[in-house]
Amino acid sequence: MKKIFSRPQCMTDVRTHYCPGCGHGIIHRLLGEVIDELKIRERTIGIAPVGCAVLLYDYFDLDIIEAAHGRPPAVATGLKRANPENIVFTYQGDGDLAAIGTAEIIHAANREEKLTVIFVNNAVYGMTGGQMAPTTLIGQKTATSPAGREASTAGYPLKVAEMLANLPGTVYVDRTAVNTPANIAKAKKAMRTAFELQIRGLGLSLVEILSPCPSYWRLTPQESMKWLEEKMIPCFPLGVIKKAPPKRRS
Amino acid sequence: MSKKVLMCGNEAIGEAAIQANCRYYFGYPITPQNELTAYMAGRLPEVGGVFLQSESEIAAINMVYGAAAAGMRAMTSSSSPGISLKQEGISYLAGAELPAVIINIMRGGPGLGNIAPAQADYFQATRGGGHGDYRTIVLAPSKVQEMMDLTRLAFDLADKYRNPVILLGDGLLGQMMEPVEFKVESLKLKGKGKKTSTNKKPWALTGAKGRPRNLLRSLYLGTLEQHNQHLQEKYKKISRKEVRYEAISLKDAEIVLIAYGTSARISKAALAKARKEGLKVGMLRPITLWPFPSDIVAGIAGRAKALLTVEMSAGQMVEDVKLAGEGKCPVHFYGRMGGGVPTAEEILAEIRKI
Repeated sequence: MKKIFSRPQCMTDVRTHYCPGCGHGIIHRLLGEVIDELKIRERTIGIAPVGCAVLLYDYFDLDIIEAAHGRPPAVATGLKRANPENIVFTYQGDGDLAAIGTAEIIHAANREEKLTVIFVNNAVYGMTGGQMAPTTLIGQKTATSPAGREASTAGYPLKVAEMLANLPGTVYVDRTAVNTPANIAKAKKAMRTAFELQIRGLGLSLVEILSPCPSYWRLTPQESMKWLEEKMIPCFPLGVIKKAPPKRRS
Repeated sequence: MSKKVLMCGNEAIGEAAIQANCRYYFGYPITPQNELTAYMAGRLPEVGGVFLQSESEIAAINMVYGAAAAGMRAMTSSSSPGISLKQEGISYLAGAELPAVIINIMRGGPGLGNIAPAQADYFQATRGGGHGDYRTIVLAPSKVQEMMDLTRLAFDLADKYRNPVILLGDGLLGQMMEPVEFKVESLKLKGKGKKTSTNKKPWALTGAKGRPRNLLRSLYLGTLEQHNQHLQEKYKKISRKEVRYEAISLKDAEIVLIAYGTSARISKAALAKARKEGLKVGMLRPITLWPFPSDIVAGIAGRAKALLTVEMSAGQMVEDVKLAGEGKCPVHFYGRMGGGVPTAEEILAEIRKI
């Protein structure tokens, strides 16, 4: 019988630890497909974050380093500067990238580091038990905002993608989601673009992906998709935020 | 052929790093180590290296973590408050077993303290400094030439043991100028220098081409205790093999000074004065602060009448001296703090009191 569907070559035959309905599994697969299609497995280095996705090093058959919380863009800078021929990506959650690691991501982008950043925004800290994230919506109940996030005391949902798009060092900033087949296809296309730009030696690309967390949204997987559509997308609008005109490789 | 050049300690470290094939430097400005950052900014591009002024000390040490993971010789430098910020990264380097060289040109503390020379980071350097059970090799130079020699050694030891190495100087050593001996060829080194070969680093991340993939991490769910045991075995081996010290006039010594770095320079002058007075004084200068020369101190404590530890701190190394001496003889302490530097006369007065 002919095999017509299998896991991407750059992924391992391991069952993931993610909760039912979590978006990381879909995003991992898209990442694996893009790496396979671009034939870059043998030159790619991945950086695993602190957070739910830390164990991605078990799921990808790639050279991988695990970084301290928030520091992947700095670690990626060291790796990429040491071997510019490598393709280096960070995979970061909202706590990692938008809270503890804001300095690292802003300055890596501002230095025009030739990196690809996969930014998974699920509006909550998953690994530590559902605490408020910088991207938590106003009114959203979490372990550390039990009455719902209030802007006057806990601030507003932080829109890092829009902030980074203002920097001359970013070449591509896109926000996607994995709630519908159409959006999943767009997310994959965005990831592919982000890697292609790095292959061409251009600056930092960031793909933000809105992703469901049924466990800490306290919803079923199906309800989560609806919540993402109705609550998250209005706060974090989808689409290309920035695509800089192509530059020559310097 | 070699040539003598007048250089400050901070610059000497920079040139030594380049001679040791370090081509990656990441740093953030802080006094009193700024000459080193500036030296690397000027010199590294000449030899095909990378100089990067980071947004913080935290970012700098994580860039070192990345470049070291790629198999390259990488370095960062700072002074006390900045080294506190780097401790997170140093713990990860130790956990993931990555070689790196970290320079601490110490200043007074705690907090912002001041910018004058101090030796108050001994505990931090020799006890790991960050979280978790780990050690860093700590080298303590006492003159500019030794800052060069120990910087080169630091890179070799880091690679040999896959472990971070700290060079612990202070503001006085960093800023003072002394003649140092160079190989002339290395000073003229221009153009793409030799980059570190990754042949001997099969664990380095270069892309999994033609080999199983490499993984570098400090997270060990379920197997951390085995990893800890492996690290401790390595530290035991380092303790056995890498102790370095200088012994001065110990043969007939009744009172033995124990001091490192700047304190040791001054203690040496005090020793000369004491000998002129007929006092039988000797000195031990630990060059490796970790591993500490405990066996040597134990031997001395069994023969001498008293030990006098001199430090620019409230008394930190003196705890190691007491531990090693096991009460075999009295251990005295003389220290200055907050940027105060002891004089030879002050030390001599302490010797006379014993």
